[in-house]
Amino acid sequence: MATLLSIRGLTKAYPGVVANDDVSFDIGKGEIHALLGENGAGKSTLVKMIFGLVKPDAGEMALDGAAYAPAKPSDARRSGVAMVFQHFSLFEALDVAENVALGMENPPRPRDLARQIREVSETYGLPLDPTRTVGTLSAGERQRVEIIRCLLQNPRLLIMDEPTSVLTPQEVDILFQTLNKLRAEGTSILYISHKLEEIRALCDEATILRLGKNVGTCTPREVTARQMAELMVGSSFNAPEARAGEKGEVLLRTDKLSLPAPGAFGTPLREVSLEVRAGEVLGIAGVAGNGQDELLMALSGERLAPAGTIFFKGQDVSRLGPIGRRDAGLLSGPEERLGHAAAPNMSLTENAVLTGARREGLVQGGFIDWGKSKAFAEKVIERFDVRTPGPGTAARALSGGNLQKFVVGREILQSPDVFVVNQPTWGVDAAAAAAIRQALLDLAAKGAAIIVISQDLDELMEISDRFAALNEGRLSPARAVAELDIEKIGLMMGGAHDMEVAHVDG
Amino acid sequence: MDPVLLVASIMVSATPILLAALGEMVVEKAGVLNLGVEGMMITGAVVGFAAAVSTGSPVVGFLAAALASAVLSLSFGFLTQVLLSNQVATGLGLTLVGLGLSALVGAGFEGVRAPGMGKLWIPGLAEIPVIGPMFFRHDFMVYVSLLLVAGVWAFLKYTRAGLILRAVGEDHESAHALGYKVVRVRLAAIFFGGACAGLGGAYVSLVRVPQWTEGMTAGAGWIALAIVVFASWRPLGVLIGAYLFGGVTVLQLNLQAAGAKVPVELLSMSPYLITILVLVIISARGVHGAPGSLGRSFHASA
Amino acid sequence: MIRLEKRPQPSRLWTIVTPLLAVVLTMVVGGIMFALLGKPPLEAIRTIFWDPLFHPQFASYSRPQLLVKAGPLILIAIGLSIGFKAGIWNIGAEGQYIMGAVTGAAVGLAFYPSESVLLFPLMVIAGALGGWAWAMIPAVLKTKLGTNEILVSLMLVYVAENILASASASWLRSPEGMGFPGSRNFKQWPAVHNDELIANTGMHWGVVCAFIAVIAAYVLMARHIQGFNIRLTGEAPRAARFSGVTPARIVFLCLGISGALAGMAGLFEVTGPAGQITIDFNSGYGFTAIIVAFLGRLNPVGILLAGLLMALTYIGGELAQLMLGLPGASIQLFQGMLLFFLLATDVFTNYRIRFAKGELA
Repeated sequence: MATLLSIRGLTKAYPGVVANDDVSFDIGKGEIHALLGENGAGKSTLVKMIFGLVKPDAGEMALDGAAYAPAKPSDARRSGVAMVFQHFSLFEALDVAENVALGMENPPRPRDLARQIREVSETYGLPLDPTRTVGTLSAGERQRVEIIRCLLQNPRLLIMDEPTSVLTPQEVDILFQTLNKLRAEGTSILYISHKLEEIRALCDEATILRLGKNVGTCTPREVTARQMAELMVGSSFNAPEARAGEKGEVLLRTDKLSLPAPGAFGTPLREVSLEVRAGEVLGIAGVAGNGQDELLMALSGERLAPAGTIFFKGQDVSRLGPIGRRDAGLLSGPEERLGHAAAPNMSLTENAVLTGARREGLVQGGFIDWGKSKAFAEKVIERFDVRTPGPGTAARALSGGNLQKFVVGREILQSPDVFVVNQPTWGVDAAAAAAIRQALLDLAAKGAAIIVISQDLDELMEISDRFAALNEGRLSPARAVAELDIEKIGLMMGGAHDMEVAHVDG
Repeated sequence: MDPVLLVASIMVSATPILLAALGEMVVEKAGVLNLGVEGMMITGAVVGFAAAVSTGSPVVGFLAAALASAVLSLSFGFLTQVLLSNQVATGLGLTLVGLGLSALVGAGFEGVRAPGMGKLWIPGLAEIPVIGPMFFRHDFMVYVSLLLVAGVWAFLKYTRAGLILRAVGEDHESAHALGYKVVRVRLAAIFFGGACAGLGGAYVSLVRVPQWTEGMTAGAGWIALAIVVFASWRPLGVLIGAYLFGGVTVLQLNLQAAGAKVPVELLSMSPYLITILVLVIISARGVHGAPGSLGRSFHASA
Repeated sequence: MIRLEKRPQPSRLWTIVTPLLAVVLTMVVGGIMFALLGKPPLEAIRTIFWDPLFHPQFASYSRPQLLVKAGPLILIAIGLSIGFKAGIWNIGAEGQYIMGAVTGAAVGLAFYPSESVLLFPLMVIAGALGGWAWAMIPAVLKTKLGTNEILVSLMLVYVAENILASASASWLRSPEGMGFPGSRNFKQWPAVHNDELIANTGMHWGVVCAFIAVIAAYVLMARHIQGFNIRLTGEAPRAARFSGVTPARIVFLCLGISGALAGMAGLFEVTGPAGQITIDFNSGYGFTAIIVAFLGRLNPVGILLAGLLMALTYIGGELAQLMLGLPGASIQLFQGMLLFFLLATDVFTNYRIRFAKGELA
């Protein structure tokens, strides 16, 4: 197969970390090439260099035989390289056509553009209305905007950064059909992921990065997922121990909990009913933006719920704020570490006071006992192996994984009766993720009830006893994990009531 | 009160705020909150006045005012966009600097009269009875301000540059990821906003009053900021807001002159009270259209 | 091309150095400005910063003025700094200051000519309440309707100025004033005269209150959970809500404190250094206090020092006007520049500057 993009010795260092170290590989024409690696392995940096967002310190690239060194994304686009970002670069207040125009070098007149968008979306089975405001679209639809934006430029190389992380299994199928069609037309695709089965199903070649280095290239169909995983992770880590045991009484129950959307682009909660027992882990899946944040805020007390909808140990806590619920023993951990679970510019000691003030007795008569607060922060740091110079360090100075260990540990050490946590291992390296999952299981083993909201299905299957899914603010009935297969999960996540089935021509 | 004169004077009274608010709207559309409008207006007022008096030409005065305020606004731009200072604090600082600077520059110009500005009769239209004297016999800046409203509207709605400016204001991270120069776009918007505020200030000292007194803009810049909110960041809304406000000002001045049985102080404070009232009504209705990145600093990391 | 690299945490050293650097830069640029005005720059700088304290002839007059001017600045700035910490931008302190003075004076004058010792404390309370009530307007509008507090508090300054004009010209006008505007002179009414507590120091009750406010604010912000909540709200509003802080309560608390302190400052000023309600008794302290708050890094001790420094520029400015014929407005510009340079140098606190090839984003 002829080579489209050849990468030779790309190196990029940031203060304190070498993001890419002498990385070389080739992408063939009409090939779907996987770029595989854990969070922090250097995939994003590599891709940013290919797309002209970051300038390499050393190394060179050639596109179709000609030297290729994009100084900015528009250079890359002119050369026929397009990219679909993991975190979409979309503008919520603008409409689909405007968003597409912004991603093009020489967009046609608005009317022609709208027509082209309709054409491409039909050809590739990606239905989309050019006049819709992007803020009103689902995550899957937003991704279509990004893809169509790229396709309108007739790219030779399409880069996709973790495209399936926001999709339901059914939407993933549609996406794969689109990508296969593109391959058949001769377009090359650089496909970034850490999901091994997905790569085995889709990709022709795979390059694996670990700690910034290319640790091997393979043909995914010819190797096992296990072989790829070993290359990716390098060393083994402890998988959470399976546990058994009787579940106790119901500790937390919601009864048809409904709440209006918090903002213009938020999701309302619609009659969410759930219950979780002592010693049990309830996993809640769902594609991003289906009410996860809203559910957490309703359970934590940040947004008060209508009376008679949330019961903790049989008591109605719907009208209690976060302080009252914490006092009772209902603790929570939001998804967004910086800015929600922790104040970025404040020290770890101060962040320990943020939720531990009362349960840990850090405040006496309105005055903060800084000595005691520091001791509590140090305890969290020690017990959860948080790598930091000390409790005086600002939260934002910690890496994602370490901060996540701190904010989860902060709640767990307060011995909650019920702990609700959203995306506990998002953006966290494998070792830290395993440690956090183990801590959650240990907490459950001690008799706490735990709700884990996550977009990582593997994680939920691994630690949950029962499983439910959020779709547009509705929660499916929970089922025991043992009864489930991927097909059923997909239907639960897609909200089986209004499945949109798109088909691909050709 | 002669309705013809009333309408004509409302247009004159509204023009400074219209200009300043239009400029600020563009700045805010780009995601920058510049609270220094008052400072840029007063600088424009004094520089425009000084230049017009020195050269005898109001046109030179307006050009000088626009340039001076735009340059001053770039200091705000440099601080907030390059040195990443807090926009609220820096905007306040800009106002304080502008007030001090203008008082210093203007000390020698107190009591001087500005050179007169000719009225531009729009051929054909100016002769229409009633309508003509109301709308088509003004100085050129009134028309310039109206053309600017139309120009900004078309720019934002139909041009690619306008789309990019809006995109930068909505989400600077995404705009950056697409390769747009966030800081440059914003500096350009700030420069334009400064020039507009300068024109508005010069209109106060050259046409409305027309002479120089210290602190003569008397909060017009702040009212312009309120009008941007009132307008929900739309050019037509800015026009309506400025003219409504101009109407209130003219009415209260006329009532004062007519010796109405209302305390003078109550009349003088009425424009500010009405501004508050308008802000309250707008916020009760729910603010719509505020650019997503408004007031947030942008720092391109890696 | 310069490139900024965010520090993992703010630099302690630069937090202290930046205000000093800003002062030095202001002196340099101010000196150039004076030179352009045809005034000897070094002499002007010396007149502003040195002579008020050490001039053989004027110092004895101007030294007490330091506390007289610093008192209200510190008192107001302390209140503002608490709100700024929480991200609540009350820039209408001037209005709250005026309304405190008018309310307090009105309550006092209602009891004229009582010589009760309770009257002055009553007036102080009334002054604080007046400022507090004026600040509650933006607070209520912000919490109930989400109205922008910056614009409302500022518009209320203009409203307050008109109320002051009306008070001075009609309803608080002295019946013995032969028709001239202005209230009775509190300096001639011993029970309520806020006189110097120690002769020739400028120390009056307002200065005492300012010092108490500095200590109280320090304790509040460093040790008390409410101070922590205020800082948390400013740093990360979502984290504050997660922690259990009610945003509306913080708005009321912050605007209430700053309004009450500004109102008290107004009352102390009108019963002391100003002596009576007149149309222009307020000398813009409410605005200058914003500079003081930032110059003091929103830190109570910093504000104490910044207030003294700003008072010095006021007195020095007057002196320079007298001795060098420097325009009065130049000192206003001088103060504005100080704030500007402070904001500009602040970048060093949070970022490292690297000189490298790179492009402007």
